[in-house]
Amino acid sequence: MANRLIGHNFTPPDIRGKVTGQAKYAEDFRAEGMLFCRLLTSPMPHARVKSIDDSEALAMDGVVAVLTADEVPEVEAPGDPILTNTPHFIGEPILAVAAVSETIAHDAISKIKVEYQRLPFTVDPLQSLRPKGPDARVEGNVAIRGEGVKRIKWTDTDFKASVDGELPMGEPALEWSFGDIEEGFANAKVVLDETFVTASNSHHSMEPRSAMAYWDNGKCYLYGSCQSQSFVHPGLSRLIGIEPSELVYVAENCGGGFGSKGSGYPLQVIPVFMAKKTGRPVMMRISRAEEYFIGQARAGFQGRIKMGFRDDGRVLAVDLYIVQENGPNSGFGDWTSAASAVSLVYTPEAMRFRGVPVLTNTPPRTAQRGPGQNQIAIAVEPLLDKAARELGIDQFAVRRINSPGHDAPYGGKQGPITSSYLGEALDKGSERFNWSERLARSGERRGSKVIGVGIGQAYHSAGGNGFDGLLRLTPEGKLIIHTGVGNLGTYSYAGTSRIAAEVLKCDWENCVIEHGDSRRGLPWNLGQFGSNTSFTMTRTNFAAATDAVAKLKEIAALDLGGTPDDYDIGNETVFRRSNPSRRLTYAAAAQRAIELGGKFSGEEVAEDLNPLTKGAVKGMAGTGLIGVAKDNLEKNGTVPALAAGFIEIELDLETGKFEILDYLGVADCGTVIHPQGLAAQIKSGAVMGFGLATLERQIYDPAWGLPHSVGFYQAKPPSYLDVPREMDSDAVDQPDPQNPVGAKGIGEPLMGCAGAALVCAISDALGGHYFNRTPVVPDMIINAASGRPQSHKPLQVNTD
Amino acid sequence: MKKDMMQSFELFQPADVGTAVELMDRWGERGWAIAGGYDSLDWFKDRIKTPDAVIDLDGIEELRGIRETGDGIEIGALTTLTELERAPLIREQYALLGDAARHVASPQIRNAATLGGNLCQDTRCWYYRFGLACYRAGGNTCYADTPVAMNREHALFERSRCVAVTPSDTAPALVALDASIVIRSASGEQVVAAEDFFMPESKDITRMTVLDPGDLLTAIRIPGSWSGAGFYFEKVADRNTWDFPLVNVASAMKIDGAGNIEAMRIACAGVQCTPRRLTTVEALVRGRRQDEATAGLAGKAAVEGARPLNFNHFKIPLMENLVKRAVLNAGMSRATTLTSGSRSSGDN
Repeated sequence: MANRLIGHNFTPPDIRGKVTGQAKYAEDFRAEGMLFCRLLTSPMPHARVKSIDDSEALAMDGVVAVLTADEVPEVEAPGDPILTNTPHFIGEPILAVAAVSETIAHDAISKIKVEYQRLPFTVDPLQSLRPKGPDARVEGNVAIRGEGVKRIKWTDTDFKASVDGELPMGEPALEWSFGDIEEGFANAKVVLDETFVTASNSHHSMEPRSAMAYWDNGKCYLYGSCQSQSFVHPGLSRLIGIEPSELVYVAENCGGGFGSKGSGYPLQVIPVFMAKKTGRPVMMRISRAEEYFIGQARAGFQGRIKMGFRDDGRVLAVDLYIVQENGPNSGFGDWTSAASAVSLVYTPEAMRFRGVPVLTNTPPRTAQRGPGQNQIAIAVEPLLDKAARELGIDQFAVRRINSPGHDAPYGGKQGPITSSYLGEALDKGSERFNWSERLARSGERRGSKVIGVGIGQAYHSAGGNGFDGLLRLTPEGKLIIHTGVGNLGTYSYAGTSRIAAEVLKCDWENCVIEHGDSRRGLPWNLGQFGSNTSFTMTRTNFAAATDAVAKLKEIAALDLGGTPDDYDIGNETVFRRSNPSRRLTYAAAAQRAIELGGKFSGEEVAEDLNPLTKGAVKGMAGTGLIGVAKDNLEKNGTVPALAAGFIEIELDLETGKFEILDYLGVADCGTVIHPQGLAAQIKSGAVMGFGLATLERQIYDPAWGLPHSVGFYQAKPPSYLDVPREMDSDAVDQPDPQNPVGAKGIGEPLMGCAGAALVCAISDALGGHYFNRTPVVPDMIINAASGRPQSHKPLQVNTD
Repeated sequence: MKKDMMQSFELFQPADVGTAVELMDRWGERGWAIAGGYDSLDWFKDRIKTPDAVIDLDGIEELRGIRETGDGIEIGALTTLTELERAPLIREQYALLGDAARHVASPQIRNAATLGGNLCQDTRCWYYRFGLACYRAGGNTCYADTPVAMNREHALFERSRCVAVTPSDTAPALVALDASIVIRSASGEQVVAAEDFFMPESKDITRMTVLDPGDLLTAIRIPGSWSGAGFYFEKVADRNTWDFPLVNVASAMKIDGAGNIEAMRIACAGVQCTPRRLTTVEALVRGRRQDEATAGLAGKAAVEGARPLNFNHFKIPLMENLVKRAVLNAGMSRATTLTSGSRSSGDN
């Protein structure tokens, strides 16, 4: 039967508030007697606080309190701390001052005397890996999530083993492999061995991570800026030192996070502890500049990849080594994700991965859209073109022959995936973009300008399972869908909620979504990160709706006779198939559920639900027919989101500038839920990808550990004149078999495929000059086009 | 250190130039004149510049507008870049300035940013902007000129100690148009050539212009001599909007009856502390055909004597190419000028 809602556009309920400015973000909340707090941050890249003298500050009119690291819970190293006495990067918060106004709070900060002991620092992983290189932390220089900090130093021999400009490859922190790579290289027609660098870059979330908190009757009220809702609730409670039931968490709107606000990051509890200390509500507004220091960043890579290609372009073997710039804390698993992406997108017959995440005194790293997968896409896709050139095949062919099928194995463990239509995405894109005609234009000259074309591909895992769905049919006949997923701004919280209405055959106008405030009865859901929402949340909402349908039929059978199987639903009624006039409206059934009690109205719930869900159901028990269930649907394998991008550019050899003439992104996201939302994702993801590929980077002065890119104009996210006015989008639109409505996530690879396509097109326009470095900025293009050497050394990071 | 939290100051909002000048004289070095605010507020927010008194010029009507004079035009210092870019008088006769104005920052910024502010703005050297005690900030070192410094955006020429560059797009245009700058102070009015308005770092390393404390830039005068000449402006920046130039070029050219270059004025920004007027190029092209050969020679002459830093040698071919294009394309159809260096004029 045709879907009424899935695959159709709609207006998400929060759009009006965002357009009119009525939507409230963390910074917009106020409470009586509210104080403002400001942060004193480290002026040094690595230091130990020896003493703090805040007497002069505390004596100022309007200053209420100073909160130091000694007064907040210590986060186990190398996790991100709340406040610290051992700052590990310039701009790291050391203490907070609360005052009656922000200006006074900041005036007070300038009166606080902090004595520091300088410690050695580094902004370059390879420098830290040298035998006597500096460590970013006193405890060591390498951190693997879950394993704490250790020290890895490579030997002089390791460094001497590679020729100048090639990545040395000493002891890794992790290694996996499958197949016989030596045999693969031996059988290859072309073998590339390439060193590459991908820069770190900031998230530039439009809303900085402000937070407001107060305590009332033993409960803590926290208004935060977060991509996620229920998923971060237990962790935040733990960090604060209270039970989840004692925390009210409001994160209804989020002005972008791009991964940096996916978790319950510790900084947001600073006002919680300040509020506790002062007994007053506390607002901590984070400024644009501060966000660049504490807003985290994407990890950069110094990498090396050896790839063996058969004469038809088939990838026989890959040997990948990644040194990840991890920031000073636990960081994120970009390096391992990058390797897994390579294993899937190019389906090598044999592969070895080695890597090491090295600590540096630069902002802490966390996930940024396609963490690892997108860096490796923009690094490796041009190398496919390089191999294709040597093999005499085209850019499409070298990708298509390696496309993963549904049976493609994934990662070091070579586990299963749920579905892959990357090949179909390439086919669809090639046809829609007229690839062969475009390719014929490659290299065409018009004065100083030359045409370049490119194809890019990217992957990210895109779905979880095991979370809870919760909804409510009310005696007024409304369907209330409770979602705890968060709202990072893509509207997928709403798009996936429509699955409940689809299953229950409800009029969408009759539905209400409850979200964004833990008081609204929100179930246990995964966070809104990792491109998972479309897959994970359609399953939970399907499960809850299925439970509601079963309950409707049970109630109908009880009241109208027969068995539940005799009934069906439609037009917001449950009716007897053999005699549709025997029916109950949803409103009447909801009223009956209240009267019947028990499982029908949420007085009893299934044991396998998460405590958070049980608490939510308890709060709404007796108010209607409750549909609630854990997603116990089958899931066996990694859910792949895959995407292909096609691009044509015109590059000016005299200025290093290019214009994107045309771009098409094609998604393998399973069944399309919200076409307009998907198109927006494909195009906006491309914009971010273009930025990653050609504009955005962190730059550090290595002598001082001083960051350059701490403002929009320095960090350079793409402007509207850097991207095409019109872009094109399409989707394979084939269902994933392990999702009840066929959906998979897609957000992240849409960025990587576009960035990769652009880097490929630049190299194509330059007749096959490969930079092995991103972003490819104008000076690199000018130098290449005019035959000059590049200014940076091949392995240099955080560089101009 | 970046702070993003302005400190308190006394705010004055005079309604006429006389009062403004009086206030500036009274407050001297502790006073600060603010126009559009895009440079000033950054400094204030980071608490690197902390004036006691801020004199807001926004209410002074006599500082606004574009007037025809006996010989050319006079532009009030408070005229916004958007007004410049749209003014018929500029578009018809001094399109070079309009083009330059249109390439500054972003439409939103241009709506408030003024021509006077664009000329007076401080350098964007990121070390200096971070608040470090460098030469320009009164200290005794340059952080941007070390063996490991990140100085991609810095100077090629005229650098002895400080290696910062002028970030202005309108300044080279005004130098090319042979404009002059009107300055008022308690002691009266003086007029200096645009070329001489900008301070060489060898002369005073802590200032970008010749303005003394108490001086107010009130107007910009453009003589009629270059009205309707063949113009060329091009800016290359990382981004096509909201970015400062890596290098820009502005030129005005006259062709004689025989089709030879009769005269040319040309200047670049982003290559030294002041707009760099390329007198060698001007002399070289005089009397030659406007062709590839002349343009090639001009480009080479433009970069003679460049001394690159670690990360900015790309500016040599870039500047050479831009000068070449300026010589070759000056006076070509306006559409050519408009599409060069940036996407189009669709941002209005």
